[in-house]
Amino acid sequence: MTVLHSAPKFASNEGVIETLSAALGDMVVAAKEEHGEVVLTVVRDQIENALRLLRDHHEYQQMMEMAGVDFPSRPERFEVVYMLLSVTKNHRLMVKVNAAENTPVPTVTTLWPNAGWLEREVFDMYGVIFAGNPDLRRILTDYGFEGHPFRKDFPLTGHVELRYSEEEQRVVYEPVKLAQDLRQFDFMSPWEGAEYVLPGDEKAEGDKA
Amino acid sequence: MSMLLEQSPTTGDEVITNYTINFGPQHPAAHGVLRMVMELDGEIIERIDPHVGLLHRGTEKLIEHKTYLQALPYFDRLDYCSPLGMEHSYVLAVEKLLNLEVPIRAQYLRVLFAELTRICNHMLNIGSHVMDVGAMTPNLWLFEIREDCLNFFERASGARMHSAWFRPGGVHQDVPLKLLTDIADWLDTRLPELFEDAMSLVVDNRIFKQRNVDIALVSKEDALAWGFSGPMIRGAGIPWDIRKSQPYDVYDRMDFEIPVGTNSDCYDRFMVRVEEVRQSARIMKQCLAEMPEGPVASSDRKVVPPKRGEMKQSMESLIHHFKLYTEGFHVPAGEVYVATESPKGEFGVYLVSDGSNKPYRCKIRPTAFSHLQAMDFMSKGHMLPDATAILGAIDVVFGECDR
Repeated sequence: MTVLHSAPKFASNEGVIETLSAALGDMVVAAKEEHGEVVLTVVRDQIENALRLLRDHHEYQQMMEMAGVDFPSRPERFEVVYMLLSVTKNHRLMVKVNAAENTPVPTVTTLWPNAGWLEREVFDMYGVIFAGNPDLRRILTDYGFEGHPFRKDFPLTGHVELRYSEEEQRVVYEPVKLAQDLRQFDFMSPWEGAEYVLPGDEKAEGDKA
Repeated sequence: MSMLLEQSPTTGDEVITNYTINFGPQHPAAHGVLRMVMELDGEIIERIDPHVGLLHRGTEKLIEHKTYLQALPYFDRLDYCSPLGMEHSYVLAVEKLLNLEVPIRAQYLRVLFAELTRICNHMLNIGSHVMDVGAMTPNLWLFEIREDCLNFFERASGARMHSAWFRPGGVHQDVPLKLLTDIADWLDTRLPELFEDAMSLVVDNRIFKQRNVDIALVSKEDALAWGFSGPMIRGAGIPWDIRKSQPYDVYDRMDFEIPVGTNSDCYDRFMVRVEEVRQSARIMKQCLAEMPEGPVASSDRKVVPPKRGEMKQSMESLIHHFKLYTEGFHVPAGEVYVATESPKGEFGVYLVSDGSNKPYRCKIRPTAFSHLQAMDFMSKGHMLPDATAILGAIDVVFGECDR
């Protein structure tokens, strides 16, 4: 595929998958290159060892970012993605593991100190537990918050709203009451294959039967 | 009796132990809503626990419920000091998934305005950093320049701050020629005059140096391990700039230098930013000189909506316009991580698409998150007033840090 876009161009991905898969051996579950990004999926329990190997022997010195993703339909619903950067090879790499609510992911705070907050954020937003993180508190949500807001089954409006109560002279939490329902418009074109029966179409089906 | 003599004359039999104070969340030197729980031994900082998230608005979750185009203005509102820098990462991420070609004039315009954003951002940061350590005047002078920048944004996009001007496929509208000539005049006259004037008050100032030199030293190893980027990693002496090493848009055609620090203290970080302003002006001049005529957005009608005039003439354009502003465009399934050199450092967008018209997941990598995390180790052993200098040199904006 010819590259037409003008997004940041880093060093070539050629041969990276082969080299790294060979080096990581059994730890790699899947490896792919799509849209110019190399993505390695590794065994959850081995993530710390895999990243240590990448850092120490393959020059991926920096872990720039960590992201959680929620796929509720999967048996292990969460993905934790580590974005690695090599400043010497000028290359970026994504490493990911799968996890469920009750399967802890080994911490990488032993490798990069900045993993501390990044793991706290994934824990806060998705409820993924990181075994060995010395300070796994919530980070972005309110003190005393309940639930994990970035899960796909957490409503966009949340569960509570807060206001200042004149009677009690303090801020109080109350269940969310919306004057109007949150509107989710469906703009998908019917002629490009909508996955539902358009209102009225069921009558036509009924006539045939 | 000898025991009594050793005690401080002012504290009596009280034993002074470490004590904990709250810095913020409402503190002018906290650059927003940052609460830091500080453990102090006298005036020496023993430990800092920054509490972030007071400005958490759930931007990433909101983006999952918007189309790709509707999600764009959220990026202006992350780091409200450098809106176009944030948009840049997002539009490049969308374009990478679509593999969409952007016309060359649009690339020049983006680079031009990204650099103008950098100047605008650094004016605020340099000014507030200087003010945090006690100087008032330079901040007021630098805000003059910032005001000019905001006026340029307004003339290009109609909005002073939240431009929403970069779009997947190019930029929203072309700029008038007068704006480009005015920017060129400004770069030649007003910017150097005001900026060099203000800097002459600061850079060799004895008090300013006393407050910043040798404060918060960070070794190269630490800078790498803590995920530093931008002026923070360059201040540590590592010549790493994404514009140079992983060029995007037309940065590979630009000729500019990367300033690096030698001592890796707050003063170096400050001076790196000062030099970056001059380099940005240099890039902007090149853009203005080389920018060709041509379209400013891709002609792919499945992504970029047609112009209004076209819409009134052609039925097909009308349909495209309607579909693009209601349903939006569909992005092929996949995932990309695109990071650009925003004025504050590496600003990344991890975009996961499921092939529909809305992002499945959009993780934003804020620059301040990693830097602020290092606050604890950078401040250890420094005095309480140094904390404001360290914070100023990090360049935090909480809209971005908390998302």
